[in-house]
Amino acid sequence: MSVLVLEGLRKSFGAVDVLRGIDLTLADGEMLAIVGASGCGKSTLLRLVAGLEVASAGRILVDGRDVTHTDPAARDMAMVFQNYALYPHMTVFDNMAYSLRVRGLKREEIARKVGEAAGLLGLEALLARRPRQLSGGQRQRVAMGRAIVRDPKLFLFDEPLSNLDASLRVQMRAEIRRLQRRLGVTSLFVTHDQVEAMTLGDRLLVLHQGRPVQLDTPMAVFERPADTYVAGFIGAPAMNFYRGQRCAEGVRLAGSAVVAAPGGAGEVTLGVRPECVVLRAGGMAVAVELVEPLGSETLVHGRLADGGAVTAKLPGAAPVGERIDVAFEGAGVHLFDAVTGVRLVG
Amino acid sequence: MSRGVRTDWVTHTVLALGVLLFALPLWLVFAGATQDAAAISRGELSLVPDPGGFGIYAQVLGEGTRGGTSVGRMLLVSFAMAMTIAIGKIVISVLSAYAIAFFRWPGRGLAFGVILLTLMLPVEVRIIPTFSVMAGLGLINSFMGLTLPLIASATATLLFRQAFLAVPDELVEAARMDGAGPWRFLVDILLPVSAANVAALFVILFVYGWNQYLWPLLVATDPSLDTVVIGIVKMIGSETATEWNKVMATAVLALVPPVLVVALMQRWFVKGLADADK
Amino acid sequence: MNRRTIFPGVALPLLLVAPQLALTGVFFLWPAGEALWGSTQRQDAFGLRTVFVGFENFAYLFEDPLYLQSIGRTVVFCGAVAALAMGVALLLAVFADREVRGRGVYRTLLIWPYAIAPAVAAVLWLLVLHPQVGLLGRWLNRHGVDWDFRLRDAQAFGVVVLASAWKQVSYDFIFFLAGLQAIPRSVVEAARMDGARGWRRFRTITLPLLGPTMLFLLVVNVVYAAFETFGTIQALTQGGPGKATETLVVKVYRDGVVNLDLGSSSAQSVVLMAGVVVLTALQFRLSRRRDLE
Repeated sequence: MSVLVLEGLRKSFGAVDVLRGIDLTLADGEMLAIVGASGCGKSTLLRLVAGLEVASAGRILVDGRDVTHTDPAARDMAMVFQNYALYPHMTVFDNMAYSLRVRGLKREEIARKVGEAAGLLGLEALLARRPRQLSGGQRQRVAMGRAIVRDPKLFLFDEPLSNLDASLRVQMRAEIRRLQRRLGVTSLFVTHDQVEAMTLGDRLLVLHQGRPVQLDTPMAVFERPADTYVAGFIGAPAMNFYRGQRCAEGVRLAGSAVVAAPGGAGEVTLGVRPECVVLRAGGMAVAVELVEPLGSETLVHGRLADGGAVTAKLPGAAPVGERIDVAFEGAGVHLFDAVTGVRLVG
Repeated sequence: MSRGVRTDWVTHTVLALGVLLFALPLWLVFAGATQDAAAISRGELSLVPDPGGFGIYAQVLGEGTRGGTSVGRMLLVSFAMAMTIAIGKIVISVLSAYAIAFFRWPGRGLAFGVILLTLMLPVEVRIIPTFSVMAGLGLINSFMGLTLPLIASATATLLFRQAFLAVPDELVEAARMDGAGPWRFLVDILLPVSAANVAALFVILFVYGWNQYLWPLLVATDPSLDTVVIGIVKMIGSETATEWNKVMATAVLALVPPVLVVALMQRWFVKGLADADK
Repeated sequence: MNRRTIFPGVALPLLLVAPQLALTGVFFLWPAGEALWGSTQRQDAFGLRTVFVGFENFAYLFEDPLYLQSIGRTVVFCGAVAALAMGVALLLAVFADREVRGRGVYRTLLIWPYAIAPAVAAVLWLLVLHPQVGLLGRWLNRHGVDWDFRLRDAQAFGVVVLASAWKQVSYDFIFFLAGLQAIPRSVVEAARMDGARGWRRFRTITLPLLGPTMLFLLVVNVVYAAFETFGTIQALTQGGPGKATETLVVKVYRDGVVNLDLGSSSAQSVVLMAGVVVLTALQFRLSRRRDLE
């Protein structure tokens, strides 16, 4: 029995369609990362699952039970909010104990469960403090402790790492992953950061303007993006895109250079990731505009002969002049329909 | 957050009842003003206005009750008083707050403390001594006497001082680099930036000035200086002879200006009220 | 608290602050001084001579059962008005905070009563509750209730409390609404997800977070009830029947202006001043705390 099933979920606010039909099945213990740009509907999706918003159409099933119209209090889900939403007037202990008290558990039982969760998260020393006496990272852990203590059917994470500074974010990312694996609770994780999505999700759901664009494992999304939106969203720096005509040898770009690719006919959009743009003597000429040394790699931004922009990620501290010659590595070339942007197979 | 139609009905009912709680007495007064005085005294006051009775307003504006001033005159006095108090208080407070926030001078802390002291002395607490001071100054029964003692208190100064302390340093520095002196800065930059605060305070102070009862009662023995609020209470004075319809018409007229001010400037007012008590 | 960027000069600020200081001196400090001085004086029966009597006036005051009763009456009055006004305002604010259609209209309609003068509020309620003229007053008398608040102590007290509280609801409503809106929505949602519904959520989450606002409003309401209700009481009952609605401020007026007992009323004024100082200092402290929460 899958823990969460969404069928045809839609949500509109007045005349604005925010979610246009989501179908999803989560397996037990799976962590699904929902990713997309601001306004794509990912937070709305999470809130629908939580019950904080009511769906305009569709169904939500938890363990086979239809909860589409059930009060959030009765759905047995725990949510970690973006700004943690800790109860400011309660101690850390009380924050974590609250849901258990509401449920009417005995004092010893509550103390035991809170103690366990606190231990898992390293919060034992902070139990008597108030939220305003905690750092951002500590508050985040209390928010998670509050969720863990309830032993719910589903964890919902609403961009919980956005308010942390960069180094803390990386650390917490790993902790969340470890915790989720250890506890084995099915989870939904919403983020706009594609790195978070890639590292945290067993599967990724990419949303674009309220529509699901691709649902697959992180590597599949990266290696076989379903359309130009996913291709451009996942992976940094973003993929290079070019218009071209298919021919027998591959794709002929505007400047008449031909890129090796499966033969065919018609107009296409060609995509190539910066890592797949390599130096090759005698290849396409690129006028270099900007060089960004990153230490382990060098980013080179320039223009092809026909004026198209190109970004290349070259290994190491590559010496670069005003002009370089590049080629697009065959395996790293993606073809998309010129009109719809959908990935072309073959 | 809505859980469906069921919750909505409860909310609407409660809120509607709340609104009714305040609207009904007002409606009663509005309707009653148009009815016949004798009938009302007999106990026939009803919620249904008499369409022919609207002439009462013209009547009351021109005449008032026997021996009293015309309501028109009273409204004028109230209006002048409220405006004077509101504007006077704002001007004085802006100047004082500016001096305290933007300058350093000997005795500054003491001056601020003294001004704060006035917060602790609402007019009701110092009525009699203030009266005798006024008498000493010959200000009884004068318009100045009505307004001056109510102009000096500190709430506005406190609010402006707080707002002025929060003005970004860069603004002041940019102005000084542009060659603006303190006076220029106040007029050209600080005041426009504080416009919202001024608007909010204006509402609060206008209502405050308009609604005064105890002080004008003491200071103005000449009926020509009666405010409309004083006038209404006087009208009820001798119960058996009270012309209730006139009382009600006057009440409506007395309510209109302050309610209008609050309603039109509601947004600033609400924000200003929350700020003013900090 | 000081600004970093200021203007130089001493003459200008002194000039700017002079008007307020002058007014403060003449209309606050001087009368306050006179009240303090007057409270130590007693006039003879003809009002011709005044004698310094030290703290006798105060001693006399606090031995006077009528004064003590007045204090008790005022305390009860303040408590009743505060409880009633705040209770109704909180109820309305909670419902006005919800997301319903026409929310803005309801709010506007509940805010405008702020503009009503206390004295006018009294007149309005007079017209509702007057035994012969008032809509409700007549109805009560017709249905067997012996209603005449001009004669019955308890009824007079109730009417005065009602009119005073009614006038104050708007003010409390504005602050409660602001307080409710200051509670982060996500905290309430977290409580919903934690399983807390309706009343439980209100009691354990909303109410505690409204604590500072409530404390602050309590002090403001007490000050309002103690001082600003003079007009209301005067218009409805003039402090009567007898002394049933004679609060401290009404008593000061009666003794000082009507009965011309300057010594006693000055002493009463001084006592009131002390009370206000304590309450205002409290209000100041509490409104600072409200910011920090």
